[in-house]
Amino acid sequence: MIHRGGAARARTMAERQRTRSESHVTAVDPATHPPRPSAATGAPALEMRGIVKRFGPVTAVDRVDFACRVGEVHALVGENGAGKSTLMKILGGAYQADEGEVTLFGRRVTFSHPLDAQRAGISVIHQEFNLLPHRSVAQNIYLGREPHRFGLLDERALRNMVSALLHDLGIEHLVDPSAMVTDLSVAEQQMVEIAKAMSFDARVMVMDEPTAALSTREVDVLFGLIRELKARGVTVVYISHRFREIFSIADRVTVLKDGALVATREREGLESGELVRLMVGRDLADYYPDRASEDELGDVVLQVRGGGNAALHDIDLEVRAGEVLGIAGLQGAGRTELARALFGADPFTAGEVRLHGEPIELRSPRDAVRRRMGFITEDRKSEGLSLRQPIFDNVVLAYRSLRPLLGRLGREGKNGHPSVSELTASVDVRAAGLHQEVQFLSGGNQQKVVLAKWLATAKDLLIFDEPTRGIDVNGKAAIHRLIREAARDGMAVIMISSELLEVIGMSDRIVVMREGRIAGVLPGGSTEAEIMALATHGELTQEPAGNPTEEHGAVA
Amino acid sequence: MSAITAPTGRRARRWRVPIIWWLLLATFLIAWLLVSLYGRGNFVATSTLLNIVERATALGIVAVGQTFAILVGSLDLSVAYLISVTAVMASFIMQGDPSRVPLALAVVTAIGLTVGLLNGLLVTKARINPLIATLGMGLILRGLLNASFQNFAGSVPESFQVLAYGSVGPVPVPLLLFAAVVAAGALVLARTRFGAHIYAVGGDRATARLSGIRSDRIVIGAHMVASFAAVITGLYLASRLRSGAPWIGPDGVYDLESIAAVVVGGTVLAGGRGGVLGTIAGVLIFAILDVMFNQLGIGSYTKQVLRGLIIIAAVAIYAYRSREVVG
Repeated sequence: MIHRGGAARARTMAERQRTRSESHVTAVDPATHPPRPSAATGAPALEMRGIVKRFGPVTAVDRVDFACRVGEVHALVGENGAGKSTLMKILGGAYQADEGEVTLFGRRVTFSHPLDAQRAGISVIHQEFNLLPHRSVAQNIYLGREPHRFGLLDERALRNMVSALLHDLGIEHLVDPSAMVTDLSVAEQQMVEIAKAMSFDARVMVMDEPTAALSTREVDVLFGLIRELKARGVTVVYISHRFREIFSIADRVTVLKDGALVATREREGLESGELVRLMVGRDLADYYPDRASEDELGDVVLQVRGGGNAALHDIDLEVRAGEVLGIAGLQGAGRTELARALFGADPFTAGEVRLHGEPIELRSPRDAVRRRMGFITEDRKSEGLSLRQPIFDNVVLAYRSLRPLLGRLGREGKNGHPSVSELTASVDVRAAGLHQEVQFLSGGNQQKVVLAKWLATAKDLLIFDEPTRGIDVNGKAAIHRLIREAARDGMAVIMISSELLEVIGMSDRIVVMREGRIAGVLPGGSTEAEIMALATHGELTQEPAGNPTEEHGAVA
Repeated sequence: MSAITAPTGRRARRWRVPIIWWLLLATFLIAWLLVSLYGRGNFVATSTLLNIVERATALGIVAVGQTFAILVGSLDLSVAYLISVTAVMASFIMQGDPSRVPLALAVVTAIGLTVGLLNGLLVTKARINPLIATLGMGLILRGLLNASFQNFAGSVPESFQVLAYGSVGPVPVPLLLFAAVVAAGALVLARTRFGAHIYAVGGDRATARLSGIRSDRIVIGAHMVASFAAVITGLYLASRLRSGAPWIGPDGVYDLESIAAVVVGGTVLAGGRGGVLGTIAGVLIFAILDVMFNQLGIGSYTKQVLRGLIIIAAVAIYAYRSREVVG
C-alpha cells in the first residue's frame, strides 16, 4: 500500500524522527519494511512467546503466547484482571516483560518506552484518548512533529497532510481537520486517534474496548474503518467484552484467564457458549454467588418516582432490602449520573425520593451519608480513597464526617459500633497494618477499604458503581461475595456495571438505562441479548452468524 | 464490640520527628561551628538562642496558620497585609490607653476572621484559584490601609508591650506565645476531627465530599485559622514596635516566607500531608541563618541565596523520597 500526497510526506517526517532518535531498540528500519499486502496473507505479523510479567508477588501474565497474522483482526478477551491490558502494555512498550520475547515481522524487538513501540509500527488506542482538547484535529495528529518552514509552523502543509491522511482512511467526510477536539464526539475523537496512529505508519494497532462509549451506528462506522485498516494489511488486536462485536469483526480469538493463555481459536466454528466457558472456566451460574430467594427480600428501601435532572429523565425505580439491583446500559446512558443523583452528589431536581416510605431530600452527599447510604464510586482512586493516607483514616472518613467538628479523635465509636480493625477484617483487607497508605494496596484491597468505610456508616443502601473495575480475578470474586453478603445482611444494593456478565451474574433484577432514561427492567438471569436490545433501542436486528448471543443466554 | 479507636501505632506515626529536624540540627551545628571560628560572641549563649526564637516568633506564628491553609490544598498570600492591618488598627485603637486594649483585640480579631472567611468563600464557593483570590484580597487590604495610614499610627500601652518584652520567670513571653500557638496548631491537627478533616480534604477533596465531609467548610475553616494566626503575629509585632505601621507586614515578606517555611518543613503544597512541627523546623532554620549571618557580619544577599538553596534542596529531597517510596 502506497501512501499518497501529504501522507507520504507525513511518513518521511516520521522516518526522519526515527533516524534522529538514538534509541537502543531494534526498531524496524522503515526502508526494509516488508511490502504491505493488500489483505491477510497468513504471514505472521507479531509473535509474543512465553511472556511473563510479575508485579511484586503477583504474576499478572504467566508464560503467554500470542501471535497475529498480517492483516487479521484478532480479538483478545478475558475478564478484567485476566492479563489483557498487561500483555498489551508490554507490546506497547509501557511495561517490560520479565521473561519471553516479542517478534515483529520476523525481527526480535524489545521496547523500553511506548515511543519505541510506536516507531516500530505498534500503536495502542487506549480507552482514554491522548488528545489535547483545545487543539485542532490536525494539531493533535502531528503533535510534536509539526511541519515547519523557515522555523515557522507551516499551517498549510499540516492541513494538507491531515486531509490526505483522512482521505486515505476514507473518513475525510467524518472529521474536519480544523475542528477542536473538544467539540468532537467520542467516536470522532477515536477516529482522530486512529488517524494519528496511521500517521505513525502503524502496522499493528491495539484497540482497547473501542466500542465502550459508542452507539450502535458509531460501532458500524468503526467497523468499516477497521475493515479498511485490515484491507491495507494492518493487524488489529481488538480487546472487547462484547460477544456480538467479537463474532462480527474478529478472525481469531485469544482467551486469557488469570494471567494465563486459555486458548486461541479461529472465530469460524467457535460458539459463544464455548467462549464463555473458556473465559470464566466454568458455567456462569456457578461463578457468581446465589441470587436472593424470595423470602430473603424485604420491604422497599428506596423508591424514586419521576426523578430527573440535567442528565436524567423520568427515573422510576425501587430497590428492596436484601436485593441486588443491577443497572446496565451503554457508556453515557446515565448510569453513573443516576448513582450520583441517588447519593445527592448531583441531586435530582425533579421527582420524589422515598426512603422506607418517607419522602426525603438528598441535596448533598452528606445528606445521603446521614441517611445511612453508602456509595462505592466508579473511580475509587480519586473519589473513593485518599490514596496517600493510611487505611485507618480512609475507613473512618465517612464515620467521622458525622461527628462534631471539635470533638476529640479516638472516641469515634459508640456502643455497638465495630472497630476499624473489625471492619477491615470483616471485608478481609490484606495489608501490613492499618497505618499502611492505601496507595500501596492492590485494587481489590483498595476496594475493600472503600467498602469498610461505608460499612461503618451505611445501614440501608449501598450503591456500587463498577465495583470490580481494575481488580484481578480473585479480588473480583471476593468483591462479588461481599456485595451479596451486604444484601443478605438486609441492605438494599444497587450495582452498576458495564460488564454485562457481571450484571447478569449478580443481579436479582436488572434496570437497563438508555439516554438518561430507564429503558426497561428485566428479571435476574436475563440474557445479554435482552439487555443489549433495551440498551440500544432494539437496534439489534442483524444477528451475526451462529446467533451467539442466544446461545450465550442459555449459558447464563 | 469495641469502639472505633485509634491504634497506638498511628499516634506515634503522626508525631514522628520529621526529617527536617535533622536538617535543623545540622544547620544549628554548622552555624555554631562557623560562629565560634569566625564570629564575634558565643553562639550558644542564652542571649543568642533567645535572639533566634525572637526572630522566629513572628514568622513562626504566621507559618503555623499557613500550614493549615496549605494542608487543605489552598494557600494564603494575604497574610502579610493582614498583619499590617492588624498592627495598625490595634495601635490606632489603643492610642496608648490600656483600657482600650480589649476593644482593639475584638476589632482586629473580627477583621481577621472576616478576611479568612472571605478568602475561604472565594476559594470554595466562587472557585477562584487560591493564589489569585488571596493575592487579590492582600492587594485590597493594602489599598485600604495605605489610603488611611502612611506612617506609625497610634501607640501601644506599656501593659500591652508585655507580649513582646515581658517574661514569666526566666522565660520570655514571646517564647511562650510561640510555643502556645505551635502546641494549639499541632493539637488541632492531630487530635480533633477538624484536623482529621483537613487532612482528608487536602488528601482528596472529591473523596472527602463523597464521604459526607463538608469540604467547603473545612477549607473555609482552614483559611480562618490562617488569618487568625496572622492577626496574632500582627499584635505581636505591634507590641514589639510599640506601634503599628503599614509596611511591617510586606517588609517581613511574611506571605512568601511563611509558604517557604511550610514547604521546607515537609508539608506538600498540594495538601493532605505534613504538619506544624515540620513548619517550625523550617522557621527555625531561617532564624538560625539570620542570627549566624548577623554574627558573622556577612551581608544579607548571601543569606538570601542560601535560603533559596535550602528551599529548593529541601523540596528536591522530598520529591526524591516520595518517588523512592512509590518505586
